[in-house]
Amino acid sequence: MSEVNNNYLLKELQDKFPNEILEVSEPYGMLTLVVETHAIIDIVAFLKAHNTIQMNFLTDVCGIHFPDQTGKELGTVYHLHSFTNNIRIRLKCFAPAESPVIPSITSVFEAANWQERETFDFYGIVFEGHPNLKRILNVDEMDYFPMRKEYPLEDQTRTDKDDTYFGR
Amino acid sequence: MEETLTEFDYKSEYTQLNLGPTHPATHGIFQNILTMDGEIIIEAEQTVGYIHRAFEKIAEKRPYYQVTPLTDRLNYCSSPINNMGWHMTVEKLLGVETPKRVDYMRIIIMELARISDHLICNSVIGVDVGALTGFTYVFQWREKIYDIYEEICGARLTTNIGRIGGLERDFSPACIQKIKEFIKEFPAALTEFTNLLERNRIFMDRTIGAGPISVDRALAYGFTGPNLRAAGLDYDVRVMNPYSSYQDFDFIIPVGTQGDTYDRFMVRQQEMWESLKIVKQAFENLPEGKFFADVPDFFLPPKEEVYNNMEALIYHFKIVMGEADVPVGEVYHAVEGGNGELGYYLVSDGGRAAYRLHFRRPCFIYYQAYPEMIKGSTLSDAIVTMSSMNVIAGELDS
Repeated sequence: MSEVNNNYLLKELQDKFPNEILEVSEPYGMLTLVVETHAIIDIVAFLKAHNTIQMNFLTDVCGIHFPDQTGKELGTVYHLHSFTNNIRIRLKCFAPAESPVIPSITSVFEAANWQERETFDFYGIVFEGHPNLKRILNVDEMDYFPMRKEYPLEDQTRTDKDDTYFGR
Repeated sequence: MEETLTEFDYKSEYTQLNLGPTHPATHGIFQNILTMDGEIIIEAEQTVGYIHRAFEKIAEKRPYYQVTPLTDRLNYCSSPINNMGWHMTVEKLLGVETPKRVDYMRIIIMELARISDHLICNSVIGVDVGALTGFTYVFQWREKIYDIYEEICGARLTTNIGRIGGLERDFSPACIQKIKEFIKEFPAALTEFTNLLERNRIFMDRTIGAGPISVDRALAYGFTGPNLRAAGLDYDVRVMNPYSSYQDFDFIIPVGTQGDTYDRFMVRQQEMWESLKIVKQAFENLPEGKFFADVPDFFLPPKEEVYNNMEALIYHFKIVMGEADVPVGEVYHAVEGGNGELGYYLVSDGGRAAYRLHFRRPCFIYYQAYPEMIKGSTLSDAIVTMSSMNVIAGELDS
């Protein structure tokens, strides 16, 4: 196996993007970086084009909502995988809820197309530069973004179920 | 405006054809609006989401053990793999070490599930090219696999098999007998199916060159599983990131070269033999020991103890009410599902339910390549291409 490990990845990224990496953590062995939203395309493209790292596979794109993080409420989480080195990395970038705009990485990975549409569909994150950003799983007429935390799962007007009896 | 033969006029010669949403040949609810020039497909526009059931939203409200039945309904042709994948994700979050026996039992179940998944997919390719016989032959073998599930967990299709930390009960003698019979008798049935189709001139003529995709395009579109391997890349989660002791087993990863329907079919055929090999190895070397890990916070104690022992009663109550403590953290775990890398991205804030749970559903990601794969082909090729991609509506729409 090659010497590409989390330390090497982090070093390469920090050399190239000294100001764009905001937070570094390593939960359960996967290098996780919070990066500047405007730099996401460059970082993903750099990882893909890098001769040694070769992050040639986009595993997953999904949205996440933290209503309490003022100014960074909505986020997108990317999982990349390098088949040659068998190493994964997780990147996150955030945008404010008032104008949730994140650059689209479809120019780097075509697989992001539907995954970004799904994220838009459920979180309302607008992917700038996406070729066909419209709803995918929900109906086109839907006028809200259902996975956001302000939409609780159960109907809040119901009175026949009282959670206090269940210690919730 | 001047009347000339514009591109618009030319295009109006094309026919719009709705393939789906409820066409029997699409095996699930998918709509494709095809622009056809006679028999040739010029363009395809996909609509998905007809059976979206908001699993990710529901999972944010349910305690962890109640998420398992949701995963059943993703790829319902191989539910046990989804169940086990979810259990392993939670175990990874909790830092649970499972005994070898659990791993081997899980592998037996998962590989049987893979066989049943591939049996359906491959026999349906046969059906779509007009060979119904193979389908009727192998379906009784899927039934036998379902009988084994039934012995293990009581259910057949949406299995909800296993628990966080292990399995709900040990293999019963009847179950062991059924697995033994399956290992003994299945090779003959699979050989019969192989003889029917693999070198069948008509079948080969229909499937070779239908819906091909190159390995570069497949990678760009996020293909995984048999579809990626048919294109020529040997990526398999079982080997790349072994989980549940897959490293103990001896098996090969079959790969294709053309990425067409025939290669996808052949990769699945070979994988069934490999899966059978794994089942045999796991069954013969099934270690002694407990069928669950030591996680009293998540694994239900036996009923006799709940009635007679206060500690067990407390644990039982806490589990059923979903009050077990979980660490704060985020974890991604992937398993090799029937049709590709099935991933679970779980974010926990320490609460009773997941803060965010995302399913990486392989066929949702690779189905977007479908228009490119069928462009310029005939309608009948488009049908076999779709069935050979093993797109499962339940998984696609989550």
